[in-house]
Amino acid sequence: MDAILLQILNGLDKGSAYALIALGLTLIFGTLGVVNFAHGALFMIGAFCAVTVQRILNISFETVDPTQTDFLGNALIVKTPYLEAWFGPETGGSIIDWAVPLAILFAIPVMVFVGFAMERGLIKHFYKRPHADQILVTFGLAIVLQEMIKFFYGANPIQTPAPEMLSGIVNVGAIIGMDIVYPVWRIVYFFFSLLVIGGIFSFLQFTTFGMVVRAGMADRETVGLLGINIDKRFTIMFGIAAAVAGLAGVMYTPINSPNYHMGMDFLVLSFVVVVVGGMGSLPGAVLAGFLLGILESFASMNEIKSLIPGIDQIIIYLVAIIILLVRPRGLMGRKGVMEE
Amino acid sequence: MLGMNKNDTTMLLLVAVLTMLAPFILNPFPTESGWAQFNAGYPDLMQRFVIFGIFAIGFNILFGLTGYLSFGHAAFLGIGSYSAVWMFKLLSMNVIPAILLSVAMAGVFALVIGYISLRRSGIYFSILTLAFAQMSFNLAYSVLTPITNGETGLQLTLNDPRILGLSQTADGSIPVTSLFGLEMRSTFEMVLGPWAFQFNVGYYLSALVLLAAFYLSIRIFRSPFGLMLRAVKSNQQRMNYTGLNTRPYTLAAFVISGMYAGLAGGLLASMDPLAGAERMQWTASGEVVLMTILGGAGTLIGPVLGAGFIKYFENIFSKINENVLHGWFGALPDGLEDLLVTLVYPFVGKGWHMTLGILFVLVVVFLPGGLVEGGQRIAAWLRRKKAGKNTPTSTIEPAE
Repeated sequence: MDAILLQILNGLDKGSAYALIALGLTLIFGTLGVVNFAHGALFMIGAFCAVTVQRILNISFETVDPTQTDFLGNALIVKTPYLEAWFGPETGGSIIDWAVPLAILFAIPVMVFVGFAMERGLIKHFYKRPHADQILVTFGLAIVLQEMIKFFYGANPIQTPAPEMLSGIVNVGAIIGMDIVYPVWRIVYFFFSLLVIGGIFSFLQFTTFGMVVRAGMADRETVGLLGINIDKRFTIMFGIAAAVAGLAGVMYTPINSPNYHMGMDFLVLSFVVVVVGGMGSLPGAVLAGFLLGILESFASMNEIKSLIPGIDQIIIYLVAIIILLVRPRGLMGRKGVMEE
Repeated sequence: MLGMNKNDTTMLLLVAVLTMLAPFILNPFPTESGWAQFNAGYPDLMQRFVIFGIFAIGFNILFGLTGYLSFGHAAFLGIGSYSAVWMFKLLSMNVIPAILLSVAMAGVFALVIGYISLRRSGIYFSILTLAFAQMSFNLAYSVLTPITNGETGLQLTLNDPRILGLSQTADGSIPVTSLFGLEMRSTFEMVLGPWAFQFNVGYYLSALVLLAAFYLSIRIFRSPFGLMLRAVKSNQQRMNYTGLNTRPYTLAAFVISGMYAGLAGGLLASMDPLAGAERMQWTASGEVVLMTILGGAGTLIGPVLGAGFIKYFENIFSKINENVLHGWFGALPDGLEDLLVTLVYPFVGKGWHMTLGILFVLVVVFLPGGLVEGGQRIAAWLRRKKAGKNTPTSTIEPAE
């Protein structure tokens, strides 16, 4: 029982990342009808926003401390971040410690801007072109973005720890009288993703803007004929989708140190998630994200691996192939949308 | 000639001349000169030119003719490599059985994967092939280690049970791949003044295979079968409504292009007998897509050009480092020199992928027909310019 609950937890935190990326992909596909292969790159840029914030907060000046010596006997050069000098070591230190959550504030405008630039600069010319062309151009764009990040930040993974308060482990089973120890940050990630997903859904469901967007997703032309500038709203949705991918990346950094190809690694899986959930279906993307995350973590249990060797490596693809063959519109896809 | 019209014959002959004289053409700079680093006439790189050319020609038969964008073709390349290395390990160091097995194995896998994937089209087809390729990649890395040797990659060892031939040579080393005794790695070097040209057996074998592959692709393009594939690309629904089942045709195209990929994989392993899982990764599949698009999808010569272009830049562009740049701009004033070096540096050396990405985006946006279309446009522009002098009046478009 413990083991099963632990696997569900494991699946939830992987699933949250899948769900967030797939949600963004689906938003873009559902609104603009564009298959965005650069979405993984957006996730990666988000992660590097966290790295940037961490570096900015850590900008420091050097002082020579005569009371201490290094191993050669010279006076030790001490680096003090400006923040610690300004706010005192207590407050300054804790601001630096909370770099990753603070990066959320930084990432949202950056990602929205990147999204706008991408959509206005490149993708808008590809609405009328076939899906293959869209895949190709966004694939090329992903390469460019990836190389830019590599140029500025190097090819090695960069450690970005979670705040000390949230980086330990906690016994989540204690409430129900069981013993399940789990990293705190992963639980934070799960609830954060729920928050974002809930935010997006209520934004679409309960605001006038969201209503117009939903109407545009159903029938773009009619909404346009009603005198609503639907293109502008879809561009904003692209920015929001980019921000969702970016936030997923920011919060993912403590789980896995970001490197420049993390986006490509996630891209394939999140596409599979989108297809399993149904192209263009937002609830489908979220459901499939969590479902595949949990399936993957169950498949990596030793009991199952000894039964079917290698299943943990292929389970997601296997599920995707079966779904595509027996139910091409995906789990929650609307009938008739992208069925062929 | 050989059942081709005049244009195609000329093109085949052109490719034949280019590949046969490649050791000269790719080596235009004397060995000692500063430009020698732009020489691409060394065996290793020339082999890769033609082998990836074969890969791209095969991919183009599927993508260029039918429009089905497969993102998993590298899997067949990997399967071909593994089969070839196993043949070297078990049977003999002769490359013929190895290549035959790799083509056959890739064909079998392509038949299975194609049969399933072709039930869907468009983006779903791309994702299905991607899923299959990633599955093969993950399996080759993990559970299939007895067959693929996992992360290390499959290599020849000193105690391979080679049925026809020795498991090790008299002096205790691993025997080399050969064609009936003609060693693949043996290279004849011709020194002409300051130039040194290298003629490599492996390269010439691959070049001959490329010519055969190219000829076959011309015949496929011009055959009724090729026309059928084009019809599938332009309107599959209409084909279905006329009562025609298109799937056997697309499946045949898929298997053929898979076999081409297997052939390329077998050749790669014949030149250098090792095979690793990273050849099957989806970014490797992306590379062949890049080659085909960059050269010009749906054209005969395009994929070969694209493959040569990308492989050249991958090997030559990536060698340009900061020192080389300083050497180039050395004549300029200091400040300007540093500025130019800083501006150019991100795009060469380790950053050449960025150049490739930008180029690729530009090609997809502005030149959907790739380098071939670029060439045609320039040719048309030149012709117009020439004709413009004689007849200044523009032609009137006939009404449709």
